[in-house]
This record gives sequence, structure tokens and C-alpha cells, in this order.
Amino acid sequence: MAQPVLSHLRYSADHEWLEDGDPARVGITAVAADALGEVVFVELPEVGSQVEAGEPCGELESTKSVSDLVAPVSGTVVAVNEAVVEEPGTINEDPYGAGWLFTVDVDREGDLLSPQEYADRFDAVVAD
Amino acid sequence: MTTHTDPDAAPAATPVLRTTPLHRVHEALGASFTDFGGWRMPLRYTSDLAEHHAVRCSAGIFDLSHMGEVKVTGPEAAAALSHALVGDMGAVAVGRAKYTMIVTPDGGVVDDLIVYHVGDEEYLVVPNAGNRERVAAELVGRCAGFGCVVEDVSLVTGLIAVQGPRAQEVLSRVIESGAAMPAALRPQEGEAPDGHRPDVLCGPSLLGRLRFYAAVRATAAGHSILLARTGYTGEDGFELFCGAEDAEDLWTVLTDTGAALSPTEVGGQMVPALTPCGLASRDSLRLEAGMPLYGHELHEELTPYDAGLGSVVTLDRADFVGRQALAERAGREGATGTTVLVALAGEGRRAARAGATVLSPDGEALGTVTSGLLSPTLGHPVALALLRPYRGDQPAWPEGTALVADVRGRPLEVAVVASPFYSRRR
Repeated sequence: MAQPVLSHLRYSADHEWLEDGDPARVGITAVAADALGEVVFVELPEVGSQVEAGEPCGELESTKSVSDLVAPVSGTVVAVNEAVVEEPGTINEDPYGAGWLFTVDVDREGDLLSPQEYADRFDAVVAD
Repeated sequence: MTTHTDPDAAPAATPVLRTTPLHRVHEALGASFTDFGGWRMPLRYTSDLAEHHAVRCSAGIFDLSHMGEVKVTGPEAAAALSHALVGDMGAVAVGRAKYTMIVTPDGGVVDDLIVYHVGDEEYLVVPNAGNRERVAAELVGRCAGFGCVVEDVSLVTGLIAVQGPRAQEVLSRVIESGAAMPAALRPQEGEAPDGHRPDVLCGPSLLGRLRFYAAVRATAAGHSILLARTGYTGEDGFELFCGAEDAEDLWTVLTDTGAALSPTEVGGQMVPALTPCGLASRDSLRLEAGMPLYGHELHEELTPYDAGLGSVVTLDRADFVGRQALAERAGREGATGTTVLVALAGEGRRAARAGATVLSPDGEALGTVTSGLLSPTLGHPVALALLRPYRGDQPAWPEGTALVADVRGRPLEVAVVASPFYSRRR
């Protein structure tokens, strides 16, 4: 079943979404959440730490696998979503909403895809 | 540039994945699929964790039609299998099942198996999906010269498991009758335990009396099946071997029956009586129950002793394939180069996965995790690991020993615990 991609976000090929803003907000896509299965453990970057576009900055562990969380942009982490650390399943339930992961003051963007580019590449559908 | 093509080195054909007779059902249920042992199998239908918890608190239904089934029939079937396998099949009464292994002449584990003694001269051997062809070929070779016939019936056989505390309740509405050899049944009140004629029983009384690790021929929803009280989840449960053409109807009857039963209430949540479950939950359930998985705790480089399962080997009997090697290994328990299987538990949510190195507190590498995850039932990480022996004179690691798992570069404190991690209340 094709997973949704939201039209107001931008995407990395590593399946993170970026919501532009000051600071920008980062999460993982429904495509990634579905592929991972039930997320049972999340490790997020620390507030105040530097993340580098394209580099791992955390981990997502599901019952079946462990995946790196890859930063879609470079910058300083402003806030992390403690609620998903407590309830990692929120990432599966609401990957674009309550399942957001961290916010970042952006210094430099990595290679980001438009919703349509991401959807085309990963068999997803653009939704509003 | 010139390319030389070696006719023997043509690219391997894309492997064709088999699908089970229940594939349409899985698609209709919206399953996520995974490739496993040459088969395209449902990984989950909704959520790994929900499926896992459903089996622990109510009941789950699994498609296991990818498992192999090899029939061995004839007057010397028991002798042939006793020669081919590490256990003594002559000691298995009609109607009972036995967990055993097939090893190489060097003692390496080719596969772990369940053997059902289903008739006077008839056995059903159940290998893992990925090992089916090899096990069947080995059995054909090893049984040659004995008065028996080996027949791989895997592709015409369906297998459905119903596991969990409500498994018997669900099945009692579907199993119509069965003919059980006495050894498969618990004796009734006041009855001698070794009657001589098969009992024909209707559903509820049959299920109530069927022993664990026993099997009977039965009818379910009009289909002839072999009904076994076996499983791989740590729960009470049943496995239904059926004709491939009957699998879809049986699955539908079972799930319709489950849907008509009231759900189980667990902490305010309503869990259906019967939940379709995929391979992801099967793996987490089996690990909590401390059961080995071929390719993880078992493989050809290990003997049964090195996998902590030496008790399946019966050395004190006539020759069998691997006997000499296993007898030598049995005498070297605790020696350098041997391994023991150890159960580990930690705190927090981060789990040591297969491949993680296990170290002593002062950094000495002791072995490797073979399976590990955050236990859904217990809420903390659990793992099985193959470690070097604790001491030459005491190979087993004492419970409570503090060790460290290297989880992707960071230490996780773990302690040796008793296996299984989870036991159902009986």
C-alpha cells in the first residue's frame, strides 16, 4: 500500500522529512515508519549538539531492525521530542505529527527532495 | 574491452519466491511481506507488538505453510530415522512428537526438526523452510537400505498454528472429531493410562485431553487434518497440518470462529479472541520462550552441545550419522574451542542484537549474541548468546554473572539469567 507524503514538507533520500521554519522540524516519513515496523526504541541527538547533513545523529530500533537516524540538514539541535522517547510507537501512529523527532537551527541544507520527487522514488503518494 | 564468459558462471537466475496456499488471504488482510527461506511470507498484518501481545493474552493464528513436511513410512521407518537423526525414534510412542536434530557426520547441525509418530509405521518430519530440500535429500540418502519410503510432501501440505491461552477455546468450535492413539491423550479419571485401542473423541474432549507434544488425526470444518499440540511461542497451542487445497477454508473458518467470540479485555483494551500474526511476532515470541532459531542459535558450524542442546542427542544406542563426532564432543564439554548458550537480560530499552560481542566487565571478549531484542512482554532487553565455557569444570555460566554487550560501540550491562525469559502460567 502506498504511504502518504505531505505536500508542505521536504524530504531526504534517507527518509527524513524537514518542515521549514525557525527552527526547522525533522521526523521520519510514513514510508520509513512502515518499513521499520513498530518502533520500540529511539535515540535522538542531544539539545545543543551539532548535526551534519547526511550523517547519523540517532537511532531507531524496531522489533526487527536497527536504523540510523540521518540528519537532513546541518545545524544545532534546538529541541527534541521527549514524548517519542517515552512512547516510540507514536512514530508509527503519527509520523508527520506527534511523532516528530527534533528541531534544528539550520546552517546548511543537505540534498533534499520535493514531495513529488520523494513519492516517485519510494512508491508513495503526495497528500495535503 | 573483451568480456570472457564462462558458461558455468552465468548469472544465477533471480530466485523465484514461493507463496503459500494462504497468500491471497494475507494480501486481503493487507499484510507486509518478507522473504524468508525462499518464501514470500507475511511479516505482520498490523503491528508486531499487537500481534505479539495477542498471542500472550488471547490467541494468534499463523500461516506456517512454508515449513517442510517429509513423510517416512514403512516397517523400518523408526530404525531408519534413528540412524538419520540424533534422537532415538523407537522410543517415541504412536501419537507423540519429539524435538530432534539432523547433523553432518562431523556433528554440525543441519537442521532442528520435530518428528511426529503418526501411525504404526509412519512418521512426519518437519524441517525449517530454508532447509527442506537438504533435509529431504539427506533423509532419502540416510534411509536407503532400510525398509521405508521417504516422501517430501511439503508443497501439498498447509500448516496453520493457533497459539495462546485461548487457542483451545477457538479450536474446540472447529475440531469435529479425532482418532487418537492412547499415548497422545492424558488418561481420564479412573482409567488405566495405557489403553490399547484408539479413542475417537469429539472436539472439546479431544482438545482437553490431547497432551503437549502429541498429535491426532482429526477432522476440522470437514477437512482431514493432523492436529498437533506443539508450537514455537511459549504458549499452549495447536498446529494443524492440512492439504494445501484446504488451507484457505480452514483459515477462514478459524478466523470467523475467532471473530464470533468475545474479545479479551486486557488493561481496558479489547484484544480479539484470535489475531492473525506474522513472522515478526513469531520471532519475538520464540525468543522470549528461549527457543533456538536455525541460522541464529543453530548452524552447521555448531554441534548440538555447542548450542546448549546436547540433551537432544542419545549417544547410548546403535550407530547413527554423526555419532562418533558427537561422542567425542560430549567428552570435551568445557574445553577450549567449545561454546555454551547463555541467556542474558539487561535494563532500559536498548537491545543487544545478533552479532553484538559479549565481554567480561574487564573487556575480555567471551562470545557473540545470536538473537536479541527488547522483550515486548517483559519490557527489557533479552538476548541469547554463544559464549566460551565459564570454566573447564563448570561450562555453564552462573545466573547473575554480570557481563557487557557491545551495542554498536556502546556498552550495555547485562546479566546471565535462566532461560526461558518468559514462561506461561500453567
